[in-house]
This record gives sequence, C-alpha cells and structure tokens, in this order.
Amino acid sequence: MSSYPPSVPPQTTPQTTPLRQRLADLRGPAVPPRPLDARALAALAANPGCGRRALLDGAGVDKTALATALGSPSAFGQSQFAIVRGNSFEAKVKGDGGAELLRLVHEHLGAGAEPPGAAALVPDLTAAGPQGRAARTALALREATSAGAWTLLDHPMLALEVAGSPAYLEPDAVVVHPDGRWTVVEIKSFPMIDGGADPAKVGAAARQAAVYVLALENTAGKLPGAAVGHEVLLVCPKDFSNLPTAAPVDVRRERSVTRRQLERLTRVEELAALLPEDLCFDPARPAEELDRAVSAVPAAYAPECLAACELAFHCRQRARAADEVGALGRSLRAELGGLGTVGEALAAAAGAGPAEDPTAAALRQAARLRAEALALAPARTPSEDSACPC
Amino acid sequence: MPLLNTLARLEAVRSGRARPLATVRHRHLSGRPLVLVPLTTSGEAGAPLGALVGTDRHDPCLLVIPQPRDRDLRWEFLAELARQVMPYIDAYADDVEPAERTETDPETGKRVKVETELCVDAPQLIVPSRAGVEYVRLLGRSMRFRRTAEEDPENPYPVPTQVPLLGRWFTHLAERSRVPGSALLLSATELLARHWATGQSSVEDQHLGALLAWIAPPGGENGPGTGAEAALRAELARDRDGQLLVPPAGPATDPAFDNKLLAPAMARYDAARAADDRDAADRAGRTLRELVEGQLRPTWDAVWRSLDLLRALPAGERTGERWTRDRWSYTAHRDRVRAGEPPQPRRDDAVTAAQKLATRETEQVRLDAQEALDDPLVMAGRRLAGEAFAGEVTEVVMEWSESARPRPRPLVTVVTEDRPQLADGAAAKVFRSLDGRPQAAEFVRFEGAGGIVLRLLDKMGSGREPAPGTVPEKGDRLCWTLFEHDARGGPKLPDPEQTPWTHGGPPGSATAALPLPDPVTDGDIL
Repeated sequence: MSSYPPSVPPQTTPQTTPLRQRLADLRGPAVPPRPLDARALAALAANPGCGRRALLDGAGVDKTALATALGSPSAFGQSQFAIVRGNSFEAKVKGDGGAELLRLVHEHLGAGAEPPGAAALVPDLTAAGPQGRAARTALALREATSAGAWTLLDHPMLALEVAGSPAYLEPDAVVVHPDGRWTVVEIKSFPMIDGGADPAKVGAAARQAAVYVLALENTAGKLPGAAVGHEVLLVCPKDFSNLPTAAPVDVRRERSVTRRQLERLTRVEELAALLPEDLCFDPARPAEELDRAVSAVPAAYAPECLAACELAFHCRQRARAADEVGALGRSLRAELGGLGTVGEALAAAAGAGPAEDPTAAALRQAARLRAEALALAPARTPSEDSACPC
Repeated sequence: MPLLNTLARLEAVRSGRARPLATVRHRHLSGRPLVLVPLTTSGEAGAPLGALVGTDRHDPCLLVIPQPRDRDLRWEFLAELARQVMPYIDAYADDVEPAERTETDPETGKRVKVETELCVDAPQLIVPSRAGVEYVRLLGRSMRFRRTAEEDPENPYPVPTQVPLLGRWFTHLAERSRVPGSALLLSATELLARHWATGQSSVEDQHLGALLAWIAPPGGENGPGTGAEAALRAELARDRDGQLLVPPAGPATDPAFDNKLLAPAMARYDAARAADDRDAADRAGRTLRELVEGQLRPTWDAVWRSLDLLRALPAGERTGERWTRDRWSYTAHRDRVRAGEPPQPRRDDAVTAAQKLATRETEQVRLDAQEALDDPLVMAGRRLAGEAFAGEVTEVVMEWSESARPRPRPLVTVVTEDRPQLADGAAAKVFRSLDGRPQAAEFVRFEGAGGIVLRLLDKMGSGREPAPGTVPEKGDRLCWTLFEHDARGGPKLPDPEQTPWTHGGPPGSATAALPLPDPVTDGDIL
C-alpha cells in the first residue's frame, strides 16, 4: 500500500458511502466511536494544522489505544488524589441544592437581578443515553427560560455537530438567569490564590468552556428570549482552603477560535477522500499496518502536542526520524524558513545552502561566529577555583 | 530563539550530545548552596507530600507527610522545614562588611551617601525546576500570614515562630528569582538550559532527567548510547510495574506512582491510625517514607550533578557584581524582618509593582550586556544580530578637538566581517571594554570593504596626548558594541503616598493593618 494519496482526483472516486460510513470504516468495523469531548475539541483548536488529529478525532478513533498499538503509548493519566479532590470539591460547590453556586453566579454575573433564593429550580435531567439526556436538557433549558427564575442545570448534556456527526458534551453546570441568560459554569480544583490562578490552567478551562458556549448557542438560537453569556464563571478553591471562590472569564476569543476550527473540520471529509479505500485504524491490526495507515495522514507535530495529544510520542518519533526541525519547536521552525530538515539547515550553515536564501546566509554567518567564539574559549584561563571572587 | 542558539540545537541533534551555549558560567554559585527538592500532592494546593533538603549532598534531610490531607501533619512538616531551612538563611545575617548606599534625604530631597552594612555572603537555594521555584513561592504564601501563639494568643492553631518567618523568606526568594540574573533562588533546569543546547525542544528541556542525559549521558563521554537515547529513556522508560525509571523532578508526582504505590500505602496508614494500631501505623509510615524517598532521591542526585557540571565552567567576570546585588537584596530583607515590618502583602501596591517591573527591566538590560561582555559566545549572538562587531584595527589617525584646550579625538579604522546596524549619516555611539570600563566612540563612516571609521571620545586621560594604552594600535583585535555596558534605571517613581488616582490612589489605611491570616475552616480537610 502506498503511503501517498492516490493520484486519482478525489471527485472521480465514487461517493457512494456517506461520510459517516467512511469514518466507521476508518475506525474499524467492530470499534465503537470514541465520543468527542470538550477537551478534545478544545485541543483541536490548539493545533489546527494537524490533519492527522482532525481525521482521527473526527472518525472517533481511540487514540490512546492506537498509540499503544503503535508502540508509543501516551503518558496521560490522572492521579486518583486529583480525581478525589476534584469530585469532592465539585460536590461541595453544588451541595445544598446549588445554593452556593447560584450565589456565586449572582455575585459575579447577576447584573442586578434578584438574588436566587429558595425558589431556585434544580430540574432533574436524568434520561436514557446521551441523546435522551440532550433532549431532556434542551427541554429543561426551554422551561427555565420561560419560567424566568434562577435555574441550575447540574451536568446537563449538550449536543454539538462536529464534522457531520454529533458530539455530546457535559459541562459541570449551566445556570439560567431570570432574564433568560445562560451562563456556563466550570468547576476546577486548582486554587485561586489572592484572586489569581495559574494562567495555563485558566486558559485550558476557558478553551473548554468556549466549546460549551458554542453548543449552547446552537440551542439558544432556536429559542426566543434566550441568550448565552460570553462570560463563563470559573469556580475554584479559594487560597489553600476548600471553600469555593469564582471569577468571570470572557471566552469570546476562545469561542471564535474554536468555532473557526470546527467549521474547518469539514476538512475531515476531504482528508478521508484522499485516503486509500481500505485504510483502517483499528487498534487490533498489526503495528506495521497501523503505522502505514497513520503515516498516510499528514501531521503537523510540534512539541506542544506532548501536552495535548495521545499520539504525540508517535508523531515526535516520526518527526525526529524524518529529521524535521519542527520537532525542536515552532519558533525554531519559523526561524529557519524554508529549511525544513536538520540536514538542510546544517548544510546551509556549512555553506552548501541555496546562495540567495537569506536564512541560509544568516546561518552561514552564525556558524562562522560560533566557531570563532568557541575557538577563543579554551584560550581563556579556566579558573582553578570556580567560586566567585566575592 | 536567537539563530545562534538554534544552530547549537541543530548541532546537538546531529551529534547526539548537548552543545555549549556559553563558555563561562553566567550565574554565581554559592560554595554551600541549600538544595530543596519538594514533592506535592496531586490536585491539592499547598499540601506537600515530602521534601529532601540540605547542604550536604550525601546527607539530605528527608521530610515526609504520611497523610498530606491531615492538617496537623502538614503543619508539623512546615515547622520541620522551617527548622531545617531557617538556620541556613540566618547563618549569613550577622557576617557583615561596611558599605555605602545612596539615599534621598527626606528633608532636602538630595541624594546623599549613607554608611550602612552589607552581608558578606548570602544564602542560595537550588530547586530542580521552574515548577520548583513556583512551589517555593506557593509555600511562602501559605506560611507568611500564619500567626504564632505570641502574636495571637486566641489562635487555636498557633505555629512556631520560624514558620511565618520562613514564609516571608520564601516569598522574598521567589520574588527575587524574577529579577534577571539574580541567584538567590535558582532552578537546575534553567541553569543547565542557559549553558547548554540540547537536541530537543525547550518544552522537553524542562525535564531535568532528560536535560542532564543530553549534557552528561550516563557512562560518560565514551558511554554506549547517545544523549538523545539517554534522554528518551529518562523521559519515558518504565519498569515492569509501570513505574518511571527516572521519577519526575516534581513537585508533581507521576500519576502511576500515585495510583499504584502511594495510594495503597496511604490507605494502610489511614486504616492503622483509625484502628489505633501504633505499630501498624509506624510500619505504614516507614513504607511511605521509603516510597517518597525513592521518588526524591534521583532528583536530589541530579540537582547535585547539575551543580558539578556548572561548577566546571569558569565563572563569568561580572557574575560577582550581580551577586553583590543579591547580597544587597538579602541584607535589605533581613533589615525589614528585623525592623518588625509586616509580611509582604497579598498584592503589591501600584508603586511597589511599578518599582519591581522597572528593576526587572533594568536588570535584564544589564544582564544582556554583561553576559555578552563576559562570554565571546554570547557576544557572537549580539554580533550576528548586528548589535556588536569585532575586527582588526587597520589605521589610527590622531586628531584633536577644536577648543582652547585640545583633547585627543583619534580616528580608528576597524575592518570587520560583521554587519553592525550602523548607517552613514546617522549618529551612533559604540563602546568597547577598556580594562573593564566602557570607552565610547562615535561612528564616522564606512570605508572600503568592511571598514568602519570611529572617533574615540573618552577615557584617554586629561592631557593633550592620550594616556598610554588608551588608544588602540594598528593590528589590535577589538570588539565594539552598539549597546551600553551598564544599565540605566528608569525615571524615579513617586512615594506610595503620592500614588496618582490613575493607579488607585494612595494606599488606604486599611492595608496598613497587619494582613489577616487565611481563615482555618473545616473545609480544609477533605
């Protein structure tokens, strides 16, 4: 099997199988699709150029199993201490009929509304299956919006169409204000110390919440009087205690980035069309076959993937084996311009690069200066005693 | 990343070994640093799991909390940490030398010299990684508002005096570590990454084990594998039970360690305590100590190996000058503590924040200049960027200024291959180091192929003839910089009482009161 796309133009291939069937074939006939969660959707936005991730996620391939089958297992895992802590904190925040949570929403995003009292509603959202739960949530949202009372939806289920197939998302909570506004609440167990939290963690939470906002906007669009707040409420433990505190986070930027990415995900269809018919990512298949299958989809590996993608170690290994400069970091790759491999860049530094390329000229100059400075170094007297003269 | 460092990374990829980024050591290293390797409990802010601490690499002090969620055990740990660290920090407080400091006289507003004292040396804390520095800051924040029995007799949870004191010192060290070039609190990964380029990305360089493997692969220079292979092993290799062979440098632990080893051991400890079984609790406690030590010890050794590698480099000439600034910082905080000032506030007021930012900017400029002057390899980066040039003097023409007392203003022609950012017709000053002091010259014109004509402006004595050795001669190789060799501070900031309304106005009287300690609630225990 060639690892290259067939030379036949995609439009001439018979489009008899609809996209869903095609994706199911890619996943493997006996493999259930792995549902896309908000974390995965948010991560897509982190590396939009990666076709491999877009296709595998779009097809619902279990990347963890795939990475293990490829021999480069992912290193993701969560400590049970963190899970226990997260669950117990969330339970505490939502305890007492959500009184504390509603108080926080009113305090930070209340916009002058009456404070929520004992009359606040907490509808029961249990239903069978994700579809049933999503329908139940949509109904509850409609009722709450027309009721004009504070309503807490605990773990609602939202549906969002991603690349032609529905993804079901479960935010920690959604609060409906008396004026019909909906606010996404994200409960995290990292602390907010003196009003500030780890920016990396807040950023991840904001990207995740933006996906929920997008999903809610679809529902709200069909409902007169409903609107989704672009400020979400981040609830965290205060300082070193277990007491909740909150801060509103504006997710407009994250929302528009994610929306753009999701719209571009229709690419999945185009990506799939370019692949050989019998390609399959079923983790039960032999490693060499999977390796060929994965190689057939172009990736855009960057070191940042290590924190976000299960397949990152495999992609890194391939990028390193292919001598790609991208494995050393995005900024470094950008700096080297058209020189895509370590070999090319080093050749340019040695003077064998394209003559008129400014990057190659700069590298040559850099190599001259570096060699000159290193030659000078041994001539300097190495001090016997390395301690400072003070 | 500067192109020169990029090139070093590319070379490292090719050779499989780290490549030098510096020819001298750019940070002061104490002869007796205190190494601290902390571990924390996942998902729990400020709940330490354990630590190795000490100044003797062969004899670290091991501190372990068998149940981090138990508040009393946590406080015992912090008290013990304070007992270990505070004597080290205090040991430098009383050895002083006379010094002078310029201060603004409050009455006349003039700058006057004040006789004062400066500590001869200062403590130096080394942690494994950047995350370790942030953990020191977190521990500092969690301790500095705690109250002792003396301060607050009503407090149901008083702490030993040294705990809030350590909190204040940790806060000070963490705050100081944000000043570029400072060395009171350093992380091993940042130190190593400053001096060596590896064939991996800067993201991967944050793993101390992997970084060390690139620089000094196990087995030495002629060892079996390349640094790249050793780094991969340090990063990912696991034993048959799924445990990492090289534990992470913390403070976060590996989830597999938490779930498979730590959690069951902790459950046994809890069960023994619940059953009031002293022996079983002791046994479980010992197991926990061994487990935690097993995670800490490799990192402890790695930090010391990092220090060995760095000590093998000769110290940069100007690191001493920067260490003196650290000594001033230490002395000033010592004075604040002794004067009974309250702990650092939760948030800086506008003037303090602006002052800190201004200091960091000034120190960054100073550090950039000093590192370049100390190290030809760093200077090469500045030359590549067009901010400096080196070349041979081909001609010196004596000229004098046109005044009643003519002063020497010789024209010096330097031929260089570098391409400095100078332009004909634009006035520009350049500087060279003359016996450690900057001599200024003015750019006159380009001449011929690579020729640059400069006019020397100062440091030639007071007579008509320049002092010997102050004017370069034909054939000398010189390096000129377009940047100044010393940093200038920014404009003076107002006193806190004069804070403009745009920045929140003067601090209210409310903030002058002693900040309240964090309330102790039942919610603290899960």
